[in-house]
Amino acid sequence: MLNGIFSVEFVNSILRATTPILFATMASSVAAKAGICNMALEGMMLLSALFGVLFSALGGGIFGAATGLSQFASFGVGFLLTVLVGGIIGMIFAFCILQMKADEILAAIALNLVASGGTIMLLMAVTGEKGASNAIASVAAPKVTIPLIESIPVLGKILSGQNLLTWLSLLSVVVMHLFLYKTPMGLKIRAVGENKDAAESVGISAKKVQYIALTISGMLASMGGFYLSGGYMNMFTRDMAAGRGYIALAASSMGADTPIGGFLVSILFGIAQAVANLMQLTTIPMQLIQMIPYLTTLIGLGVYSYVRMKRRKRLLQSE
Amino acid sequence: MNRAKRFEVIRMVFAILIALLISFIIIFFVSEEPVNAIVQLVTGPFKSKRNLANVFESMIPLVFTGTGVCIMFSANQINLAGEGAFHVGGLIAAVAALKIALPAGVSPVVCLLLAAVAGAILTAIPAILKIRTEASELVSSLMINYVALWFSTFILMQFICDPATGSASYSIPDAASLPSLMRGTRIHSGIFIALLVAVLGYLFLYKTKIGYQLRIVGENEEYARYSGISIVKVILVSQLLGGFIAGLGGGVELLSPIYDRFSWTASLGYGWDAIIICTLAKKNPLYTPFAALFLAYLRTGASIMSRATDVSFEIVQITQAVIILFVVAEQFLSRYKHKMIAREAKEALKEEEAS
Amino acid sequence: MKIYSNGVVANEDVSLDLKKGEIHALLGENGAGKSTLMKVLFGIESPDQGKILLKGQETAIKSPQDAIAKGIGMVHQHFMLVPSLSVAENIILGVAPVKGIFIDKKRAVQEARDIAEKYNFHIDVTARVEEIPVGVKQKVEILKALYRGAEILILDEPTAVLTPQETGELFVQLKKLKENGHTVIFISHKLDEIKEICDRATIMRNGRSMGTYQVAGMSTDEMSRLMVGREVVLKFEKKPAERRQTLMQVRDLTVHNSQGVLKVDHLSFDVKGGEILGIAGVEGNGQSELVEVMTGLNQNYQGTVRVANTDIRKKSIKEIRNRSLAHIPEDRMKSGCAGTLNILENLFSNQYERKEFSGRMFLKSREMQKKAKEWIAQYRVKCSSYKQKVGMLSGGNIQKVIVAREFSTNPSIIIANQPTRGIDVGASELIRRRLLEFRDAGCAVILISADLNEVLSLSDRLAVMYKGQFAGIFTDAEQVAEDLLGQYMLGIKKDEKLEGAIYESCETL
Repeated sequence: MLNGIFSVEFVNSILRATTPILFATMASSVAAKAGICNMALEGMMLLSALFGVLFSALGGGIFGAATGLSQFASFGVGFLLTVLVGGIIGMIFAFCILQMKADEILAAIALNLVASGGTIMLLMAVTGEKGASNAIASVAAPKVTIPLIESIPVLGKILSGQNLLTWLSLLSVVVMHLFLYKTPMGLKIRAVGENKDAAESVGISAKKVQYIALTISGMLASMGGFYLSGGYMNMFTRDMAAGRGYIALAASSMGADTPIGGFLVSILFGIAQAVANLMQLTTIPMQLIQMIPYLTTLIGLGVYSYVRMKRRKRLLQSE
Repeated sequence: MNRAKRFEVIRMVFAILIALLISFIIIFFVSEEPVNAIVQLVTGPFKSKRNLANVFESMIPLVFTGTGVCIMFSANQINLAGEGAFHVGGLIAAVAALKIALPAGVSPVVCLLLAAVAGAILTAIPAILKIRTEASELVSSLMINYVALWFSTFILMQFICDPATGSASYSIPDAASLPSLMRGTRIHSGIFIALLVAVLGYLFLYKTKIGYQLRIVGENEEYARYSGISIVKVILVSQLLGGFIAGLGGGVELLSPIYDRFSWTASLGYGWDAIIICTLAKKNPLYTPFAALFLAYLRTGASIMSRATDVSFEIVQITQAVIILFVVAEQFLSRYKHKMIAREAKEALKEEEAS
Repeated sequence: MKIYSNGVVANEDVSLDLKKGEIHALLGENGAGKSTLMKVLFGIESPDQGKILLKGQETAIKSPQDAIAKGIGMVHQHFMLVPSLSVAENIILGVAPVKGIFIDKKRAVQEARDIAEKYNFHIDVTARVEEIPVGVKQKVEILKALYRGAEILILDEPTAVLTPQETGELFVQLKKLKENGHTVIFISHKLDEIKEICDRATIMRNGRSMGTYQVAGMSTDEMSRLMVGREVVLKFEKKPAERRQTLMQVRDLTVHNSQGVLKVDHLSFDVKGGEILGIAGVEGNGQSELVEVMTGLNQNYQGTVRVANTDIRKKSIKEIRNRSLAHIPEDRMKSGCAGTLNILENLFSNQYERKEFSGRMFLKSREMQKKAKEWIAQYRVKCSSYKQKVGMLSGGNIQKVIVAREFSTNPSIIIANQPTRGIDVGASELIRRRLLEFRDAGCAVILISADLNEVLSLSDRLAVMYKGQFAGIFTDAEQVAEDLLGQYMLGIKKDEKLEGAIYESCETL
C-alpha cells in the first residue's frame, strides 16, 4: 500500500477524486461570498451529470456525424449545453430564495428532491432504464496530452494525460480567485455577502448581485456534475453525486470560502478519497473505506470550527 | 379559526393543487397513456383493500421521522441527521433482534428501545459538535447521514449477513416482530406507536416546561437567554429526543411485517420526507399523521401508477418538492394575505366604533 | 414635514437652510426628529409635505443613490463599511476604476490615496477595515462620501464613538473641508463640540425647529435650555418614599463593550426598597451596559454587584431572576418577546416554573390561561384573545405584555430600561402608575429613561449618567430644574464629589 501512495497512479487518482469536489467547492464559495448557503449544489450536480450524458449524446449524434470529430463535438456541445442549463438552474434557485423569499435550506432540499426524482424519470423516459445510462453511448471528456512535458519522467505522467475537465477545475480556482478578488463584480459580491446594507448604501443592488453569484455557482456545479458522468465514470448512475455537493459545502467553509482555501481543502478530501480507493485493495471491509471521505469531512469540520472558535474568543478577551 | 390561520390553510391547499397540476403536466409529457396514469395515481389507493392498506403502512415511518424533525426544527436547529437516525434505528433493532434472545413480549420493546437510543446518539453528534465547536449542524448532520449509511452496511455485511442472501441479514425472529393487525395486509401495531409518538410529541412541545423552553429558544434565542433559559440544555434535549423518535421509527419499520430481514444498503429517504411533513404540519407533531397520510397516499398512488403505466414512481419527489417550495415561499399569495389582513383590520376598526 | 405611517408626526414644519461652506449643527435630544429630517434629506424617506431646494432649485430626492448623485453624502452612525475589504476597496466600492475586465487596483489605491491626501486624512488605504480603529473607520466613511463627489456632508453623531483625541482630529479635518467649500451638517447633542466647530446651529425639540442661531453669539446654557424642556409637566400623586433595606448594591463597576471601549467607569450606587432611582442621560453613556451587568446578561465586568444581598458574579440569569428581579428590556422585539409566539406564551417565560403554573413535567394550561386573561384585562392589552401572536400587536400593547409578565412575578427589584419608549400615552401612563405602585409596596425600582418628563416625575433620587459615570445625583428629583439637568446630561456640569449615591450604612456588607 505504501508503494501505492508514492506512485503516479495515486496522484492521478487524487486528481480524479478532487475534480468534482473542487468544482462544487468553487460553486459553494461564490455563493457563500454573496451570503448564501447553496445546499442545492448536490441536486445541481446530479442534474448536470445526467444532462451531460444526454447532451453529449446529442452533440455526438448531430455534429459528430457531420464533422467526423465525434468525440470533440460530443464533448463540446454536451459541456456547453450542460453549463448553460446549470446556469439556468442556478437562476431558478435564486428566483426561489430571492424573489419568492423561500428559506434557502428548504428551497435547496426541494431542488435536491427534484433532481433526485427528476433524473430518474428523465432517464427512464429516454432510455427505459432506471438505474444507469448504459444505453446511451456517452463519450468521455478528452484527455489532454502535452507533447513536450509528457517525456519528463514522473512529472510528465502526472501532468499529461489528465482529463480536460481536471485541468478546467484547476483553472476554475484561478479564474474564481481573479473574479472574486480582482474584478468589480467580485468586489460587489464580497461586499453584498458581508454587509448588505453597506453595499446598498452605495447603490449596489444586492438582489442582482446575488442572482449573478448563484448563476455562476450553478454553472460551476454543473461542470462538477458533468465530470461525474463524463470523466469520473462514463455513464450516469442514480444519485451519483453521493453527497459531494454537501462535502463541498464543508470544504468551502473550511477554506474560509476563498477559492484558494477551498482548493487546498478539496485536495485534502481528494486525498482521503484516493486513499479510500487504494485501501480497497486491502482486506479492510469496503464499507468502512466508503466512510472515509465523510468521516474526514466531519472531523475536519469539527477541528476547523474549534480552532476558529478559540481564536475568536481569544480575540475578544485580548481587548 | 382566525384569519391568519385560515390563510395558512388556503395557502397550503393551493400549494398542493399547484404541485399536483405540475405533476400532471409532467405526466402528459413523459407518458404514452397520461390519462390512465393520472387516474391510477389519484384513485389507485382506493382500488383494493391491499392498496388502501399500503397507504397506512407507508404512513407509519413518516409519522416517526416527521415528529422527530418537528421537535428538532422547533428549537431552530437545522439538523438533518434524522435520516441517519432512522437507518441506524433499523439496523440496531435488527442486530438486537438477532443477537439478544428474549421472550416474545419483551423482545420488541428492548429492540425498539435500543434502536431509539442509537438514533438519539446520532442526532446528538451534530448538536454536541455545535455546542463544543460552533460547527454548523447542517453540514455535520449531512455527513453523519453518509457515515450512518455505510456503518450500517458494514455491520450488516460483517456481523448479521445471511450467506444465503448475500446482502441481507438473517431472518428476524418472530419473537421480535411486531404483529400484523389485519389479515391480508401489513398494517401492524407500529401504527399505534406512531400515533402515540405524534400525540406525545405534541404534548411534549406544547404542554411541558421543557417544550415551552424549546419553542422560545427556537423562536428567539436572545429572548430565551434574557428569560433565564439554558440554551445548551434545550439544544441537547431537542436533538436527542428528535433522534430518539427517528431511531424508534427505524426500529418499528424494520420489525414490522414489511421487512423480514435488514437489507437497507441505500438511503430510504424518510429523513428527507420528514422535512416536508414538518413543513406541512407547521412544526406541530399533532398534524404529522395527517401530513404523513397525505404523503403516503400520494406515494401509494404513484407506486400503483408506476406498476400499471410507463410513468415512474419518482414523480412524487417532484410533487413533494413543489409543495415545499410553495409552502415556504413567503411571497406566494402574499398579496392576497395583505388584502385579508387589511380587511380584518378594517372590520376590527368598525367593531370598535360600533362599541 | 414628515408623518410616519403610524401617525406619529416626526417632523413638523421644520425649516433648515444651509450656506455653502459652513458647518451647521443640528441639535436636539433623542427623538427630537433630527434623524428623520436627515433621512428625508438623504432620500431614505420622503416628506409628506414641504420642499427641498438645492442651489435655488426645487428637487426631489428619491433614493440614497439620487442623493449621492446630487452631491449629498451621509456618514451613518453605524458604519456602512465592509470589514474584510481594504480601505481603498471600500472607498471605490460600486464605482471602481477598471482596466480591461479587472479593477485597476493601482489606480484605485492611488485615487483613494489622493483623496485622502487632498483632505489631509492620514490613513493607510491598503489596510483592512476590520483592523483599523473606529476613528479611522469614520474617516473612511467621510472619504467614501467625498470620493462620490459629496458637497454636502451629513454626519450623524460622529463623535459618539470617538475618543477625545480622535474627536480633535476629526474637527481639524472638518475645518479643512469647510475651507475647501464643503458644507457639513453636524448632528450632535454635545454642546462643547458644537461651540468648538460649528458656525450656526438649528435646534430641534419634539419634531419642531426651535430656530437657527449663530453659535458664536450663544452660550451653552441657552442652547441647553432650548434643547431640553418639558412640553407638558407630568404630575403623579406620589406618597413620600418609605425607604427600606438596600436591595441593589453596585460597587466600583467598570465595563468595557465588545470593542474594548470603556462604557461604565468605576460606578457605585445603592438602591433601597421603596424608592425609584432614575437614571437620566443621553443615550450611549453606559446605561445599556450597566443594565446588562445588573441583569446577568453580561458577565464580563470588574467590580461587584449585589442583588438582594447576593453577589451576582458567576450567577446565571435564572439565578438572578430568582432573587425576584424583573427586567423590562430596552429593545422589546430583540430580547423582550418572541413575535411569532402568542400572547400567553410570551407571558410566562420567566415564571413557568412556579408551582402555580407547572408541575414537575407539565405546564398547567388552565391556570396559565386564567392568569393570562386576568393580566390582559389588568394591563388593558388590546388583542382578540391570548392566542394572538405578539408580533401582530402594536408597540404599546407588546410593551404591556412584557410589563405584565415582568410585574406579575411580584418582584422586589425592577430594572426598567426605557419602559415607555415609542408607545402611546395610555400605555405609558399605565406603566408609570404601576411602577409607582410597586415602589409604594416596597420594591426597588431602577428607571433608565431618555424621557426627562418621566424620570423627573417618577424618580425619588435621580442620577445623571455621562460617559459611564454619574455626573450628578439629586436626592430630591422633583425639585431639579430641567435646565440644570440638561447641563449635567450634556457634560457642561459635573459634580466632582457625589453625595447620595451610596447609603452609608453597612447593613449589607
